[in-house]
Amino acid sequence: MKVGLFIPCYIDQFYPQVGIATYQLLEKLGVKADFPRQQTCCGQPMANTGCEQDAKPVYRHFVDTFAGYDYVVAPSGSCVYHVRKHYDVVEQTGAVQHVRQATYDLFDFITSVMGVTELPGRFPHQVGLHLSCHGQRGLHQANESEMTPVREGQLSRLLRSVDGLTLTELNRNDECCGFGGTFCITEEAVSARMGQDRVQDHVLNGTEVLTGGDMSCLMHLEGIVRRRQLPLRVMHAAEIFNAALQQPSKPVSTYVPGAVAAL
Amino acid sequence: MSHPQRAAAFTSDAERTTWHDETLWFVRQKRDKAVYGIPEFQQLRQLASDIKEHTLSRLDEYLEQFEQNARANGVTVHWAADAEEHNRIVLDLIRKAGATSLVKSKSMLTEECHLNPYLVKNGIAVVDTDLGERIVQLREEAPSHLVLPAIHLKKEDVGETFHLHLGTPKGEKDPQALTEAARLHLREKFLIGEVAITGVNFAVAETGAVVVCTNEGNADLGVNLARVHIACMGMEKLIPRTADLGVFTRLLARSATGQPVTTYTSHFARPAEGREMHIVIVDNGRTRQLGRPDFRASLKCIRCGACMNTCPVYRRSGGHSYDFTVPGPIGAILSPNIDMRQHSSLPFASTLCGSCTDVCPVKIDIHAQLYKWRQIIAQEGELPAAKKLGMKLLSSVLARPGIYRFGGKVAREGLRFLPHGLTHAAAFNPWAKARELPEPPKQSFRDWYAQQVVK
Repeated sequence: MKVGLFIPCYIDQFYPQVGIATYQLLEKLGVKADFPRQQTCCGQPMANTGCEQDAKPVYRHFVDTFAGYDYVVAPSGSCVYHVRKHYDVVEQTGAVQHVRQATYDLFDFITSVMGVTELPGRFPHQVGLHLSCHGQRGLHQANESEMTPVREGQLSRLLRSVDGLTLTELNRNDECCGFGGTFCITEEAVSARMGQDRVQDHVLNGTEVLTGGDMSCLMHLEGIVRRRQLPLRVMHAAEIFNAALQQPSKPVSTYVPGAVAAL
Repeated sequence: MSHPQRAAAFTSDAERTTWHDETLWFVRQKRDKAVYGIPEFQQLRQLASDIKEHTLSRLDEYLEQFEQNARANGVTVHWAADAEEHNRIVLDLIRKAGATSLVKSKSMLTEECHLNPYLVKNGIAVVDTDLGERIVQLREEAPSHLVLPAIHLKKEDVGETFHLHLGTPKGEKDPQALTEAARLHLREKFLIGEVAITGVNFAVAETGAVVVCTNEGNADLGVNLARVHIACMGMEKLIPRTADLGVFTRLLARSATGQPVTTYTSHFARPAEGREMHIVIVDNGRTRQLGRPDFRASLKCIRCGACMNTCPVYRRSGGHSYDFTVPGPIGAILSPNIDMRQHSSLPFASTLCGSCTDVCPVKIDIHAQLYKWRQIIAQEGELPAAKKLGMKLLSSVLARPGIYRFGGKVAREGLRFLPHGLTHAAAFNPWAKARELPEPPKQSFRDWYAQQVVK
């Protein structure tokens, strides 16, 4: 199985530790991912601003970069959603169709493709999970409060399986953080206010480590946490799992029986 | 002014923003409880969506059927191509009735057509009889929400307004006392009403009847006391059969306020003995929207307001920030059809979180339509120049890996070595008004990866 790692542009430049954790986590689960160097971005920033036409060369570049892989894995549900949902505006060649359906969010890949639903390791902290909208409502990685009172999802299941980790029960389980791509600049006032409200929910309910599957939301929330000098650490969930696995409580292989078969 | 400017003004009162957000979130939670209690709720949504899609697919046939049946019931049916024609028809009917005043229950269509100012200019006294509508009317404001027109006001604000206009004691803010004052005030108006205007929630093609849903019973009071009833409706309000109605009445109130059903569901089929009943069917851009394949589904809307209550942007920017009759996410996809230039900032007043689509009782893909309007607005040249140029530049960088790597390094290094006061100057960098920028690392991920491979 050939797995291509897609590290979104802003993670590459500003959060390399998230890319590293993603790479190492996959490695610990038995997947040696490859990082094609010519990759840049999925094109979402332009398209969400209305400039889908300008973004088409970026789409083609993305497809050229990853067409040769069985799976494309990215630590960002938002970029994945964009590739899957919005690459319908370029010619649907075999390569485009393949890349659209082979691109996975990291935790969707771990859960759905590798069949891993529990992770070993220890992380003795209270963790607050920020559900990112594109992963949740777009890729259906978690239940939605609009549909059901049951708060359940891929990432919360994986987090709960880690020893010592407790999950924060939030007042509003799945409200948007207000990042929204260029929205965070053009609608700065509302964006900031939404982020402040989200962070406040975590502070009120005892979160020590604020996490999520999408670094773009976390970048925005971290910006607020640092500005307000709040006693919260912001970590991508890949960093938590990778750190937890440094001190595995049980051997990895016994916990991921489906993994090898799936590969 | 654009949405961001009006929204910034709203959020500058942080305490009021908190109150507005929490008030509407409370309504959203009431909706959730009502929805969770109905196991077949998602099937109901699908059914409602299917009925509406079907009706829109042969709207011409259903409109004619409706007209024919309404006429057979003794109702006079009028057709208005736009707001102006609608207003003229209504004024003519009032004049023919020899009336100088009227009572009006809730109707977003008449708001859309700006009927009130038109009638007042022509010497007709208009009294809105829905409590929220009456409050904003006294304040000479527009409604800020489809279902809760005065939701932007606190009870103290209402007390102040009633003190000025209805003579309640200064400082009175007890909701019960204020409602009682409004009730007495409105009773007088009902009793002298010569003409009653109502909106229409549903128009049933097979019977020619219209259905009006209220919680206050004000539509019934108005119609039953007046000699002439004028029902004003957008042409998308049709449903084929009475049997379809239950699907929508189950969804409407639950989605809007979390009630199982509105307090009053009033059926108006024919005029009483010696009275008149008129129905004005209005297009006003709806045919144009029907002709846009990407946006025709917006005409399924039953005006429940659920998308507003759930929208994290609406809750923090207020209904008036949209400056359109229908605010919130649904307004942001309806307004560009009316005037794209004037409303060009509205489809961008969203993070595309998708919650609106998930609560919509008739399954309008609101967030997908917001995305599509953005593309059209950009293509039609309605994006601000800086944004347009910036996106072009960004695209050309991101299609060229070499330039991207160089640019990324320059940005990262720049952030590391430039002084904080410069990189975080709010005048150049809106991000930094309320947020820190990420701490720039020495090494990018690709640099790290290159070293791993060498090792």
